[in-house]
Amino acid sequence: MSARFVAGKALASLVTLAFVLVFNYFLFRVVAGDPVANLFRGRNLSDSQKEQLRQQFGLDGSQVEQFFRYLEQTVTLNFGRSYTSNEPVMSEIASRAWPTIALVGVSAILSALIGVLLGVIAAWNRGRKSDYAATSFTMTTYSMPDFWLGMLLLVFFAVVLGWFPVGGLSDPNTPDEGLAYVLDVAWHMFLPALTLTLAYLGEYTLIMRSSLLDTMREDYLVLARAKGLRDVVVRNRHAVPNAMLPVITLVAINLGFVLSGAIAVETIYSWPGLGLLTYQALTGPDLPLLQGLFLVFSASVIVFNFVADLAYAYLDPRVRYA
Amino acid sequence: MSETPLLSVRDLHVTYPGDVPAVRGVSFDLRAGETLGLAGESGCGKSTLAGALLRLLPRGTGVTGEVLLDGEDVFAMLPGRLRAVRWTEMSIVFQGALHTLNPVRRVGWQIAEAYTTHDADAPAREVRARVGELLEVVGLPAARADDYPHQLSGGQKQRVLIALALTCNPRLLVADEPTTALDVMVQAQVLRLLEELQGKLGLAMLFITHDLSTLASACQRLAVMYAGRIVEEGPSHEVFAEAAHPYSRALAEAFPVIGDPRFRMAPSGLPGDPPDPREVPSGCPFHPRCPRVVDECTTWEAELRRVTTGWDAACIHVRGDG
Amino acid sequence: MSTIQASARGIAWQRRRRAFALAWADYRSSVPGMIGLVTLVAFVLMALLAPVISDGSELRAVNTTNNPVWATPGDFPPLGTDNLGRSIWAQLVFGARISLLVGLAATAIAIVIGAIVGIVAGFFGGIPSGVLMRVTEWFLVIPFLPLAIVLATVLGPSIVNIVFVIGITSWPGTARLVRAQVLTLKERLYVDRSRALGAGGGHLMTRHVLPNVSPLILANTTLTVPIAILSETTLSFLGLGDPTRASWGKMLDEAFAAGALTRNAWWYYLPPGVCILIVVMAFVLCGQALEEILDPRLRERRRR
Repeated sequence: MSARFVAGKALASLVTLAFVLVFNYFLFRVVAGDPVANLFRGRNLSDSQKEQLRQQFGLDGSQVEQFFRYLEQTVTLNFGRSYTSNEPVMSEIASRAWPTIALVGVSAILSALIGVLLGVIAAWNRGRKSDYAATSFTMTTYSMPDFWLGMLLLVFFAVVLGWFPVGGLSDPNTPDEGLAYVLDVAWHMFLPALTLTLAYLGEYTLIMRSSLLDTMREDYLVLARAKGLRDVVVRNRHAVPNAMLPVITLVAINLGFVLSGAIAVETIYSWPGLGLLTYQALTGPDLPLLQGLFLVFSASVIVFNFVADLAYAYLDPRVRYA
Repeated sequence: MSETPLLSVRDLHVTYPGDVPAVRGVSFDLRAGETLGLAGESGCGKSTLAGALLRLLPRGTGVTGEVLLDGEDVFAMLPGRLRAVRWTEMSIVFQGALHTLNPVRRVGWQIAEAYTTHDADAPAREVRARVGELLEVVGLPAARADDYPHQLSGGQKQRVLIALALTCNPRLLVADEPTTALDVMVQAQVLRLLEELQGKLGLAMLFITHDLSTLASACQRLAVMYAGRIVEEGPSHEVFAEAAHPYSRALAEAFPVIGDPRFRMAPSGLPGDPPDPREVPSGCPFHPRCPRVVDECTTWEAELRRVTTGWDAACIHVRGDG
Repeated sequence: MSTIQASARGIAWQRRRRAFALAWADYRSSVPGMIGLVTLVAFVLMALLAPVISDGSELRAVNTTNNPVWATPGDFPPLGTDNLGRSIWAQLVFGARISLLVGLAATAIAIVIGAIVGIVAGFFGGIPSGVLMRVTEWFLVIPFLPLAIVLATVLGPSIVNIVFVIGITSWPGTARLVRAQVLTLKERLYVDRSRALGAGGGHLMTRHVLPNVSPLILANTTLTVPIAILSETTLSFLGLGDPTRASWGKMLDEAFAAGALTRNAWWYYLPPGVCILIVVMAFVLCGQALEEILDPRLRERRRR
């Protein structure tokens, strides 16, 4: 994997990021119209008042000047202030990031592990009951809206059975630190994490199954058996590692979606992460906040796509030693 | 000289799922140190035959008949015994052009795996030494052990496969199209290598190919397959020069030998295609394409008739005496 | 001997009709495929007959002030009422219209754009292909939901906008698939032969390439529609759908906001979700049955 390869991929990612920035600007400033007029619709403002407000929001000057000011601000991570809370957008995002990272991160890992395992079972037992069961189950969870699944789990486990809380991050009565806090958060996180894990694992199962079925057709497996290896060894040492390559890439890509992956589910469970923040920003709409969130989400995906490309190149010797 | 043949195949039938008969009653013997060539066009069942010998065909394939390896019934072997026998008594040199080598493992590792499968306690030093030794026997530098398959040329990959096949000192080597898809010059080199090894190690060899001309010099005896059956079997030079079966003759003539005046003025080829295994013609399966066809050929059950001692052909024109 | 002059196009159409008849016979033999198809037809009928099988006036809160609120299906058949006394059954049945309509319309846009981009990019190669593929990749990298949210927020909540948003975020998948197929087709001889006979780009693209990528596009369509329906559901749930029309996603949004979960008013939040689940699975079953027919490896074995 040459430096040139890495530099090339990095450059491509930066270009994509640049396009996102331009798109972001274009969408919010140009398409949405004059933000000041939108915000203060219905109120009678004098022109000088409007001009003052525009200056305050950095909306004066020509389009070009505004664009460069926007770029400058973005690079310094100044995304403006939220319309609703008037706090800097970046601090809002920063403070609400960890609940999402915790929730979606855990779900992403669990869904990958369980999904891959199911996929291996399904492919190896192709056509038999375990294959049928695994694929039917994952197809069902994959076909429903993730937040609806969340609703069902919430009703059954929290409302009806009362085993888990109905929402929120933690009990206001427990102290904010220490083991008790961690356990409390974990207890609150159980249902949303279960929802997301079930929702995501279908993808892994289907891809692992398909990849393993393709790999099982390969001739080097026949050679492996001819050498006298046991079937299980052939599967685990030759078939599964080769079939895992596309899955690893998928994991890396899905990590990029960690930040944006739970918007609807967080809403259902009132989980105070970036997803809920996005939902709250929609009432308004709180445009600077939405703009900032969109940038952060996109940047996360772009970065992890880059990581995924590198990971695949590293793991597949055909690419690494090309 | 009536020792038990090393390999004895009796009335082997192989049927793929969907009632596709690939091998329809094949019988032959192979003695220790003997070389038998098996020739035929694509689809005649020769590769299926190779796979059947060590029970390497996919699950669900119908196999009947008898395969005796040094007197032991291969089809009756328990899985443990079968795995122990694979590669140590009989090994296969697969066609290197396909994905026969695991693309994400170094070739040295793949040879070592064959070694350690049958000798799990061998110290790493010993395994490494053996790998190096095998590579050098086939004419490759020992350092090549650290290469990945895609870093090797076609000829080099084929040599690796030969080295791999010799790892456990088998007594019988099955070479399944080892020179197909190689350049002519490389073909000649690989053929020479195989002949050399066979002589030096006293291996019995079953050499499968569609190129009859390579068999004439490499093998003592020659068998020709058509539509799942052996239609002629005899001493290689005689069969190649003056085949008793019209198909063998056509096959021999299809591969002109440069310099041989017989080929200069008579370009040849046979009209038609080999029959679809699901729709084998009645009587002698070759009769639709045969230049010497007569009326009885459509109803005659084409069984092998004696041309002379040690030479049989399944043609109605063979008188059956001698 | 027939004296009818067979035109080239006539022969081609005859062949296609026969291929279609064979494909349909194949499809009919697939049990999951037929289950999916019948289910979809049932839902389409339900949507079309909405005004007949339910009372449309029950959709508006102003008309339902006399209805009991939170009525169970036992008290108010067939599916009870919500917190404003509106008939759940009416919402469900009329909601089917929006969900299916948006799903199909958005997919149509996505498929048309994706197919054109894919065919042009695959066929011409070079700079136009490079540019088109960059744009495609850009869309694929951007996370769908944030992009859809941002677009829907800026454009405003209406059906047309939702269809547009889902459509333009879905075409890249199709484009990439089609382009890959076109590239393999380009290598086939008949394109070269046709060129040698003097065929121009347009002719090649419409007469040769398009018919051969059509099966792939069809299979892709049946798998894109369910995704579009799920997207519409999510966007409506987040409040970005058309506020004046009932849709399954909007029902779930309102159910959640009205506290149907804590009240366990299952007749409110279960039916829309179940409908979505069934419709999506029906599409997937059809798509899988189609893929089996179109996959040449499997086709060989079944034809004989």
